[in-house]
Amino acid sequence: MAKNINSSVLNLKPINKISFKQRMLSYKRKPLSFLLLIIVGLAAFLSAAALIFLMVYILVKGIPNLTPELFAWEYNSENVSCMPSIINTLIITCLTLAIAVPFGVGAAIYLAEYAKKGNKLVKVIRTMAETLSGIPSIVYGLFGMMFFVTALHWNMSLLAGSFTLAIMVLPTIMRTTEESLLTVPDSYREGSFGLGAGKLRTIVKIILPSSMPGILAGIILAIGRIVGETAALIYTSGSATGTATNVMDSGRTLAIHMYVLANEGLYTNQAWGTAVVLLVLVFGINTLSAFIAKKLGSKKG
Amino acid sequence: MRLGKIRETAMQGVFFLTAITSIAAVVIICIFLFCNGIPAMAKIGFSEFLGGQKWSPTNVPPSFGIFDMIIGSIYVTAGALVIGVPVGILTAVFLARFCPASLYKVLKPATELLAGIPSIVYGFFGLMVIVPLIRQYFGGNGSSLLAASIVLGIMILPTIIGVSESAIRAVPESYYEGALALGATKERSVFKTILPASKSGVLAGVVLGIGRAIGETMAVVLIAGNQVQIPKSITDGVRTLTANIVLEMGYSTGLHREALIATGVVLFVFILLITLSMQAIKSRSENHG
Repeated sequence: MAKNINSSVLNLKPINKISFKQRMLSYKRKPLSFLLLIIVGLAAFLSAAALIFLMVYILVKGIPNLTPELFAWEYNSENVSCMPSIINTLIITCLTLAIAVPFGVGAAIYLAEYAKKGNKLVKVIRTMAETLSGIPSIVYGLFGMMFFVTALHWNMSLLAGSFTLAIMVLPTIMRTTEESLLTVPDSYREGSFGLGAGKLRTIVKIILPSSMPGILAGIILAIGRIVGETAALIYTSGSATGTATNVMDSGRTLAIHMYVLANEGLYTNQAWGTAVVLLVLVFGINTLSAFIAKKLGSKKG
Repeated sequence: MRLGKIRETAMQGVFFLTAITSIAAVVIICIFLFCNGIPAMAKIGFSEFLGGQKWSPTNVPPSFGIFDMIIGSIYVTAGALVIGVPVGILTAVFLARFCPASLYKVLKPATELLAGIPSIVYGFFGLMVIVPLIRQYFGGNGSSLLAASIVLGIMILPTIIGVSESAIRAVPESYYEGALALGATKERSVFKTILPASKSGVLAGVVLGIGRAIGETMAVVLIAGNQVQIPKSITDGVRTLTANIVLEMGYSTGLHREALIATGVVLFVFILLITLSMQAIKSRSENHG
């Protein structure tokens, strides 16, 4: 992307080289253009300012509240520690990935490697995946509550929450994996077939390893969504305060913990602290994903 | 040799099965939602449920009218669009056409970061910062349509910016150069040739933003006030469909619970319509290109 801009700038310069003074003069003759320029700049400034204000405000308010007590092992009404919910978040994340990754990657392999071009079914699968990614998380929550919690009698549990989230992140993993499989040059496949390897062997030994960074970036992106999710979990994994000891226990994740704190309005300081933990987690995860994806890009370029 | 062949076929079958899970998931979600929601709607009466203006599930006899919440969802989404769309599209124009490369390296990841912030953090920020500001300067108790619109407007920015920017970048450079050569200023060329040419892509971004705004739950619950009413001014409280589900699902039983699921069905139908129009826009732009 960055390369693209550079080249377009380079292409334009010789045609369009005007001095600052000339430019101002032309703006004086065409005030409307100047106005447009200002509006565009202002909009970009607003977008950036919104982010910076949000970040700085949360960090300034939250960092002083990052006390050791906030990370105590036990939760009680005197000390609303977020440690149990961090552990629950970890469990839910692992469970969700254990369910969603095999299905997502398998589906992507089918779409990219097995399905024939112009196959009707492939189109249906893509449409359905797109539909899934448009469904709001509260609807997933409702469905999870009706299906996993009530119909399957799992009650409110980490397992029910994980299955709900797994359906939610499935399209993300499918799409990123498929994109990354499609970047593997055909010569790899031909080379492998030429040496006598079968299709399965080619996929497992050649294609998957070389598209690993892309798949990983997608998985990490999914982790970011899982960690930040609230609406889909509140009626599937519930908001029990303790650390879950097995997957059939109810337990709150960090995001639900923060919702409960914010909603009760009693522990505002702790909520600010939790917000910082959540922000740092999600940003760390997203940065890692971008870093891995970039590494893939530079290797290919 | 034969064993290998069997394994190949078996694995192809396995991959095929994983591929159709997304179809199965959508089908099961539809079945569960509609089978639980439609009978409830029938019990309450379709026109009473969708058009009724009285929501008092614990009264005897109870009444379940979600008209105010449908309007509430539409108002909040419209408010978010009023704030998010102009800023989003203009920011996309800036990123694609006016931004120096050095600034782009900072600004682009910044907009992506905005997309990663969990909605509960947005909601909490709105509750602690924007709600008091509104209370101070506009009156009312602060939790209002305006607060929800501002926060949702910020939340849909990254969606609109991302999709619009790639649509603007996809316009052939020759359009821009042609306009410049005819003597138009840079701004005029961008706004009169490039932006109109990227229309359907930008529209797709806006539709995606609508989907995100109408489905948003946790941020809205904290800041919209949640009174069941059609707001008369922007500082009045409002309850959306999503907020209704989250607020009452915890303690609901019987028909009340079914009515909440039916509320989810209405929301789901809205989202399906948005997804469909999204796909229509996409296929139209593909046919054009």
